[in-house]
Amino acid sequence: MKGVLLVARRDFWAYINTVWGWAILAIILFLDGVFFNFYAVGSTPKYSAEVLRTFFELTGGFTLATSVLITMRLFAEERQTGTLVLLDSSPLSEMQIVLGKYLSGLLYIGLFAVGTMYMPALIFVNGKVSPGEIAVGYAGVMLMGSAGVAIGTWASSISRNQLFSAVISAVVVVFFVICWMLARVIDPPFKAIVSYVAFFDRHFAGFQDGRLNTEAVVFFLSVTFAFLLMSTRSLISRRWE
Amino acid sequence: MITVEGLTHYYGDRRAIEGLGFTIGAHECVGFLGLNGAGKSTTLKVLAGLVVPTAGSVSVDGVDLVSASASFRSRIGYLPEDPPLYKEMTVREFVQYCGELKGMAAAEVRGRMDEVLETCQLAHVADRVIGELSHGYKKRCGIAQAIIHKPKLVILDEPISGLDPKQIVEMRQVVRGLARSCTVLISSHILAEISETCDRILVLNGGRIVASGTEQDLAANAAGSGTRLTMVVRGAREQVERALAGVDGLGNVELHDEPAGLLRVHCSLRTDEPERAVAALVAAGVAVRKVQGDATELENMFLALTKESLS
Repeated sequence: MKGVLLVARRDFWAYINTVWGWAILAIILFLDGVFFNFYAVGSTPKYSAEVLRTFFELTGGFTLATSVLITMRLFAEERQTGTLVLLDSSPLSEMQIVLGKYLSGLLYIGLFAVGTMYMPALIFVNGKVSPGEIAVGYAGVMLMGSAGVAIGTWASSISRNQLFSAVISAVVVVFFVICWMLARVIDPPFKAIVSYVAFFDRHFAGFQDGRLNTEAVVFFLSVTFAFLLMSTRSLISRRWE
Repeated sequence: MITVEGLTHYYGDRRAIEGLGFTIGAHECVGFLGLNGAGKSTTLKVLAGLVVPTAGSVSVDGVDLVSASASFRSRIGYLPEDPPLYKEMTVREFVQYCGELKGMAAAEVRGRMDEVLETCQLAHVADRVIGELSHGYKKRCGIAQAIIHKPKLVILDEPISGLDPKQIVEMRQVVRGLARSCTVLISSHILAEISETCDRILVLNGGRIVASGTEQDLAANAAGSGTRLTMVVRGAREQVERALAGVDGLGNVELHDEPAGLLRVHCSLRTDEPERAVAALVAAGVAVRKVQGDATELENMFLALTKESLS
């Protein structure tokens, strides 16, 4: 665990000690705020629950976008600059390295989530939503963010450069997001499968409404686990090339 | 201490190294010579624990690379040709991080920090950001990360490449200092550097070790006829020729006139015993001003060894 935290600490430190790290955070928070103002609050009267639902939908989307942007550097940048050899030649296992990288990305997503909290706080103060609804919504944001970071970690582990990594993770994330649309034009039995893996339509919607759905929790954790496992295998395979 | 047996590695169908076998004792400083494509980098990667070999075994103090890879890697310090550095960190932060990465406790790293910074001559830049340092200091940071955890074997890949003459002299001091506390394996294409810093040389060609030994051993192997010798003497030409003719195993004598009545003598000796030639000259009344074993230089020796192997 010490090794995992060590890698996570350095990578998180690298995020928050660069202009790049803060710039992404500032831009995404700015866009989230603008979209919240236009789409969630809008100009017509709405129920607080509706505003909160739209807020979490927007924040969920920006969380996935953030995960694509921040994870592209995890392994690809280290490979480009040659520093990956420090990790490869250390006694840490591939799983520890992957978990450390993933954790740093998740911490960054957590920082982003904290930065958005003024918006549900405004709804809470000016409307009628419970702290439980907000907490469940954020649990969903973090779970979906976790899946996004795991996908990005895997994409970075198989990529030689950051751009390639970002493209791969963006394609996979977009696939999971638009699955509900694809399901409409696909015939059974694949229709059910594609429909099931849809991030927003199938699994995140409950969190937006303040409902904690065990199936959705298991789904996001499973996606996270699967992509972290693939990342680990990707690192191990490089030793056997 | 470091034992390599039957080490073989293939990249797909392409053989990079085959059947390498050697041992390196504690506190030895061994040079690794080889042309591009000889399999040097692959061997270093295997020894650093970065790549699992196709066949063969590597162990450090009995700890095997494949069966105990984490433990093996904790015994190795590795500096690639381009030092792996987090340039946004200060030297102290970076060395601290690398020490902990190698499994040391934070307090233990702090306790060893001053010694390592001193060994690598980094103490005066310890709190500067690595990105702002010169190439020479960056190389030394790379060495600091490689030795912070007291490894048994330190592998340095081209440690002086890109350094200016002053930095080369300083780096030599650093490398010599390392051999006092651990075993050092240096790979370099600068042959003089290997000659300057290493006790023993391994010559790699076509994925195989074609020669191993001290520079003198290799020179003798490569030349076939022993050691080449250059002397500057004062005496009559006939007197010198007569004196050297009586030395057993000495041949290929060439005499060249030098200013101020001196003679430059080039010859070859079957064995590395220039004192026999000097004694014969002195006994014949010839004054010997300078003796230099030079004719089989490392470059020539290296080319001869690799050429033989290729042919």
